[in-house]
Amino acid sequence: MSDNLDNMDSLVLDVLKEVGNIGAGNATTALAKMLNKKIDMNVPKVNVLDFNDVADLIGGPETLVCSIFFKIEGDLNGSIMFMLEIESSKILINLLLNGYETDKIDDFAKSALNEIGNILSGAYISSLSGLTGLNMKISVPSLAIDMAGAILSVPAIEFGKVSDKILIIETEFLEGKDNVRGYFFLVPEYGSYDVLLKSLGVTDNG
Amino acid sequence: MDKVIKVGMADLKTTKSPGILITLGLGSCIGICLYDPVTKVSGMAHIMLPSSKSIKNNKNIYKFADTGIEKLINEMVAIGAVKRRMISKIAGGAQMFSFSSKNDIMKIGERNAIAVKKILKEFNIPIKAEDTGGNYGRTIEFHSLNGKLLVKTIGHGVREI
Repeated sequence: MSDNLDNMDSLVLDVLKEVGNIGAGNATTALAKMLNKKIDMNVPKVNVLDFNDVADLIGGPETLVCSIFFKIEGDLNGSIMFMLEIESSKILINLLLNGYETDKIDDFAKSALNEIGNILSGAYISSLSGLTGLNMKISVPSLAIDMAGAILSVPAIEFGKVSDKILIIETEFLEGKDNVRGYFFLVPEYGSYDVLLKSLGVTDNG
Repeated sequence: MDKVIKVGMADLKTTKSPGILITLGLGSCIGICLYDPVTKVSGMAHIMLPSSKSIKNNKNIYKFADTGIEKLINEMVAIGAVKRRMISKIAGGAQMFSFSSKNDIMKIGERNAIAVKKILKEFNIPIKAEDTGGNYGRTIEFHSLNGKLLVKTIGHGVREI
């Protein structure tokens, strides 16, 4: 069955990794256009980690993070989440709003972050859509600023229905000396893994 | 110094007084604390999903409310707790992201809380205190010395239940 991420050699995993690379690349291009700045990107790192190791990657379960969540609806259902350490989100706000300094993330900054999330996730999903020929759209964004562990419980629970691991795509954007590290979590809904594989002409005999 | 034992996601731990069980950054998951006030044996489980019965990939018994609570009771009994004396305190089950539609994914915290309460009732374990729901994360600390549960949040205060 393809509804299983536990096998590291799994075809699903390879497909999701490749999709992650392409999606993150597209998202970077979209960000550069939006900011009208040259944005470099390090090669995205795609990792499959145990539930409890994901938060450690970000600095521990109590690290304050900002996260923007979208539902995916269409031929493929699921969700996509973009997560940033709080310092990285302040750099992005500053870049987008041209020097807007903010200590506390106020409503104005939040709407900017929603917009950034929208552009990034939209670019990600449109590349996935182009690759697979599947029709999908993302919902309006929902933003949360809270402990990393609490926010990660959302994709962890969704992945938890099929696996004990989480697929995480780490992307680093570089603008001048600023360095923004973000994480994408693309989570197909239970039952959508097969749709994804079939769309790519992959048949899973495992 | 009191012994502090961390409980991860889809994990459970037990201890005796004065041990402290903690779980960091609970979101839509639920932290279930069980306590035998006489022997002061305590246990904490961090479950992610309501039921092992509706999921095909259900080998990890720590992940589900039904199998996780049963395992927690058994492990506590193994180190001296008596089931009929057990009380419980629960926290978590938040909805971290809000949407207007009634999407299944979004309601998971609430569904977890309902499942946990139902299962505790089936085991005849009274719920002495709870701090569930809301849209924010929680770090919880359970003290086996006195059965107190400390709930810490970012921006929503600290409370003892």
